[in-house]
Amino acid sequence: MNSAGEDLQAIYRKQVLEHSRNPHNQRHPEAPDCEALGFNPLCGDKLTVYANLQGDKIIDVAFEGTGCAISVASASMMTDAITGCSLTEAASLIEATQKMFSSDQSVKNTQLTEIAALEGVRSYPSRIKCATLAWTALAAALYGQDNQISTE
Amino acid sequence: MSNNKLQEKPPSEMDINRIRADFPILNQEIHGCRLAFLDNAASAQRPTAVIDAVSRYYQHDHANVHRGVHTLSHRATDAYEGAREKIRGFINATSISEIVFTSGTTEAINLIASSLGQSISADDEILISHMEHHSNIVPWQMLCERTGAVLRVAPINEDGELLVDEMISLMSDRTRLVALTHISNALGTINPIEIIITAAHERNIPVLIDGAQAVPHTNIDVQKLGCEFYVFSGHKMCGPTGIGILYGREDWLERLPPWQGGGEMILSVNFEEAVYNRLPYKFEAGTPNIAGAIGLGAAIDYLQAIGMDNIAAYEATLLDYLTDQLSNVSDLQLIGTAKRKAGVQSFVIKDIHPHDLGTVLDHKGIAIRTGHHCAMPVMDFFEVPGTARASLAFYNTHEDVDQLIEGLAVAKDIFT
Repeated sequence: MNSAGEDLQAIYRKQVLEHSRNPHNQRHPEAPDCEALGFNPLCGDKLTVYANLQGDKIIDVAFEGTGCAISVASASMMTDAITGCSLTEAASLIEATQKMFSSDQSVKNTQLTEIAALEGVRSYPSRIKCATLAWTALAAALYGQDNQISTE
Repeated sequence: MSNNKLQEKPPSEMDINRIRADFPILNQEIHGCRLAFLDNAASAQRPTAVIDAVSRYYQHDHANVHRGVHTLSHRATDAYEGAREKIRGFINATSISEIVFTSGTTEAINLIASSLGQSISADDEILISHMEHHSNIVPWQMLCERTGAVLRVAPINEDGELLVDEMISLMSDRTRLVALTHISNALGTINPIEIIITAAHERNIPVLIDGAQAVPHTNIDVQKLGCEFYVFSGHKMCGPTGIGILYGREDWLERLPPWQGGGEMILSVNFEEAVYNRLPYKFEAGTPNIAGAIGLGAAIDYLQAIGMDNIAAYEATLLDYLTDQLSNVSDLQLIGTAKRKAGVQSFVIKDIHPHDLGTVLDHKGIAIRTGHHCAMPVMDFFEVPGTARASLAFYNTHEDVDQLIEGLAVAKDIFT
């Protein structure tokens, strides 16, 4: 197999494909405390992210919408990583994730070991926005003024 | 697959290998694979003749046009105006007064929206279709916002065909312009613009045709069509980016006020008033894209040497092959199945997002467009976030199509 095949395996790792085929927490919660729509104008994808809070603690994160394998896998992994976090912890996880996609730094945070499977996306500038879509929407839902964000 | 390759019989006038050799960019590997460039509806490639014409101009002839008395200014002006004459001949306009250089189709449409817009008022209507590119939607929306006019949209059917009767029934004495694409960039549909133009003219409504996807692929005769405005871009027809054409019937261009003000578009200026230049310069404020125009002229020479009829016939054969091959792929849905089509085929594959498909195909050397194709209303109509789109040019081959089909198999292995 030529390098093309190896490159493809670097972006579409097994964990990424598993999450995209069977995403976790892809549902509409009954009464979300906050939500935000993430929109990627490049491809037209829309993901809505929902969260429920109990005091300072995020007790549930879910998402709805359509997207590519990268954006759905990233959203699915995000719901796993964020559920149970405090608002402060979530903020640092969001920041660490954004940094992972925008730089060459590997993720050291143990809560983000799964997300590291998406590292291969870094070699695809046009696809980084797919990976960050759900995270940007989550940030808008938890902390933002606007309840609609765009990756542009 | 190999049997299908044997069916390849380009028209005798076209030697496909010689043509491909004219396009140096095609001769390269992407991710270790032969490049199959199937994104021509977004932008086509340039033959050496065009690249050389632009390069030669900058190396030997550049100066500002219509300005100086020196030799280089004469040469630049002759080359620039020579290109205008080539374009006039290419679309059979009556006079070079009708050929306005713009930065592209988008700017040409905005020019008309702005100039024609000065006589539009509340309750007037602009009529477009559901299959327009954003560039033939948004300028009219902005005009409507400015004036209180109303945007009317003619519907399409499940095959991606314009509902002609419905479009005609939307024409009224309030309609101030019909703006319609000749060929849909997302669906490949060839619209029966002759019928629409005739119907509009029976009601004294002017017509603008977006020809961005049509001019590179077929003969255009604006006198025969009779439309008031026909707009297109250089870069989709093997010319440079940043150059395009507004064809406007002379009586209409005379009547319209200028668009941008500045040098070139005036005859005389004092602080009380300016006297506008004659056509087409009235609409060409500022130093134009001289090299772009010259490159576009060279592209037209190149296309005419091959022959637009040969190009249309060859691409039609290749489209048939592309459509047949795609139809054999399981779980693939063709989007855009009009009876009359140009070399564009959109599709979606079950459980594979177009962007993932685009990334996998890129790894196999195949360049296609994925996404909404600047036609979000079309995507909404077909209830998809986007499609994958393969679009052909006369330098594409059966091998390119075969490579695409093999790439789709790889994507299906990964995602399903």
